[in-house]
Amino acid sequence: MNQPTALLDVRDLVVRYGTVTAVDHVSFTVDAGETLALNGPSGCGKSSTVAAVLQLRRPDGGRVRFEGRELTTLTERELRPLRPRMQPVFQDPYGSLSPRHRVRDSVAEPLRVQGRWDATGPARVAALLDRVGLDPAYGDRFPHELSGGQCQRAGIARALASEPRLLVLDEPVSALDPSVRAGVLNLLADLQDDLGLAYLFICHDRAVVRHFADRAVEMRGGRLVPA
Amino acid sequence: MPVAPAAPDALLSVRDLRVAFGALEVVRGLSFDVRPREVLALVGESGAGKSLTARALLGMLPRGTTTSGSVRLRDEPGSYAELVGATRPALAALRGRRIALVPQDALSALSPVHPVGDQLAAAVRSVAGVSRSQARARAVAALDRVGIPDATRRARAYPHEYSGGMRQRAVIAMATINEPDVVVADEPTTALDAELQDQVLRVLGEQREAVGAALVLVTHDLGVVRDHTDRVLVMYAGRQVEQGPTHRVLDRPRAPYTAGLLASLPPEDGPADGADGPVGGAPRRGGSGRLRRLPAIPGSPPAPDALPPGCAFAPRCPLVEDRCHREEPGPWTVGDGHEVSCHRWDEVPYPATELFLERPA
Repeated sequence: MNQPTALLDVRDLVVRYGTVTAVDHVSFTVDAGETLALNGPSGCGKSSTVAAVLQLRRPDGGRVRFEGRELTTLTERELRPLRPRMQPVFQDPYGSLSPRHRVRDSVAEPLRVQGRWDATGPARVAALLDRVGLDPAYGDRFPHELSGGQCQRAGIARALASEPRLLVLDEPVSALDPSVRAGVLNLLADLQDDLGLAYLFICHDRAVVRHFADRAVEMRGGRLVPA
Repeated sequence: MPVAPAAPDALLSVRDLRVAFGALEVVRGLSFDVRPREVLALVGESGAGKSLTARALLGMLPRGTTTSGSVRLRDEPGSYAELVGATRPALAALRGRRIALVPQDALSALSPVHPVGDQLAAAVRSVAGVSRSQARARAVAALDRVGIPDATRRARAYPHEYSGGMRQRAVIAMATINEPDVVVADEPTTALDAELQDQVLRVLGEQREAVGAALVLVTHDLGVVRDHTDRVLVMYAGRQVEQGPTHRVLDRPRAPYTAGLLASLPPEDGPADGADGPVGGAPRRGGSGRLRRLPAIPGSPPAPDALPPGCAFAPRCPLVEDRCHREEPGPWTVGDGHEVSCHRWDEVPYPATELFLERPA
């Protein structure tokens, strides 16, 4: 498990808020192409772990190694070229897209920001929407004109635009209607099979975890406990 | 139009309930009865109209909505109070005392500037002519009954000093403190994690037993329905698609929508190998990625202002045929208290796994 080939290798991660230790020496690895589920009750430190892994909040201790590079010691500028390779997908589908941009522009944004926008851009956006099961005509719409499931698919398309190796999925289906959850889970399974993506999958539904994840770890009070 | 009679033993009797925003009808003719101590689940997804139905039962709909049909609450055997069209004072006299709401968001149901115990005591005094100290004592007893530890001290605390689960229990204590006949709980556990969900549902069940109330439980969680309810009414796009005893509906669904929802749940028991592995344990995937595909209902629920003609589920239904696009089906009674609204109800297989397996593009 500790072989240097792990895509993501988190060791002794610590996150503190004042005197409260939210994440207390947490260690895990995620290999390329696999799904590691992280579950646990509200307040157990899951979201703090996610933020520290993505370097959205710098951890107070421990290390985060991604594709063989230690992230915790990098500057913001040094992190920038690595960030596209680890993309988050959040719980609230409408919160992940700008309400004022058409879906097409939200999906195109990573390409533009990363300097990869060229004459093929529109076709690539259409292909990404098609890849996540959305009719490319939906690109003209605004997020509020989509259903929750369609919006979550658009958020996944936006994450894919960066050509990531790791998706950090923070409760990606728990806000969705029951009749569309299975479809989004199937999409994530297909993408993993086809693109070799690794998933760090935050989820509190044990049946979903059992079905979807290769391995699972459970968090309580900031620590990993036996599942 | 005369209203169909209530079932003789019903506490709450709903007939052809409709709720509309202007010309847009979002609850489209629901009928059901709730009997003493019975737990009825209202199941549906967002936009199906279940929360509006819950609020309509208490006459608590937002401005700009119109309600028609009948919601009758039993006064004494054989005599009912009609809630649809009742005056505000008449409704106010019934709410809390005869029928009460446990809202989805406990935090917004409690005032942030008063101790929780004071808020419960005020609820007692709004109904019963009791002294302040008696009301306080009842508030503490109610908090104790829903499992708030050290209730005497906690009664003096403010809502922000409570955890999410404790707040939800406090709101349940408040809704049941005047021993209403009917408690309507609008997704009382949606914002809570799995362990708290169980606790809160247990407390709700105990309260129901303690005060002899019937419970209308709004939820989208079929696991909750299976474990905690006697009857279930499944809604889709404002209409009933299926209603009946919970075990009958879940064990042998007759509507493709219900069957599809059940088929798309990940199996409760995972693969036998490695299912209970240790931390970072053995691989759990049973085989190739394809095996991980779940049966799924294609598409999305329709927006209320863009309902298809005929059966609203037809565009997503694997059993669809021409008449489904033309005629709204049923409801038809297909067994003991089991009603279904589907033209092809007797052809719905169970389990419906094969019917809803997606063909990968």
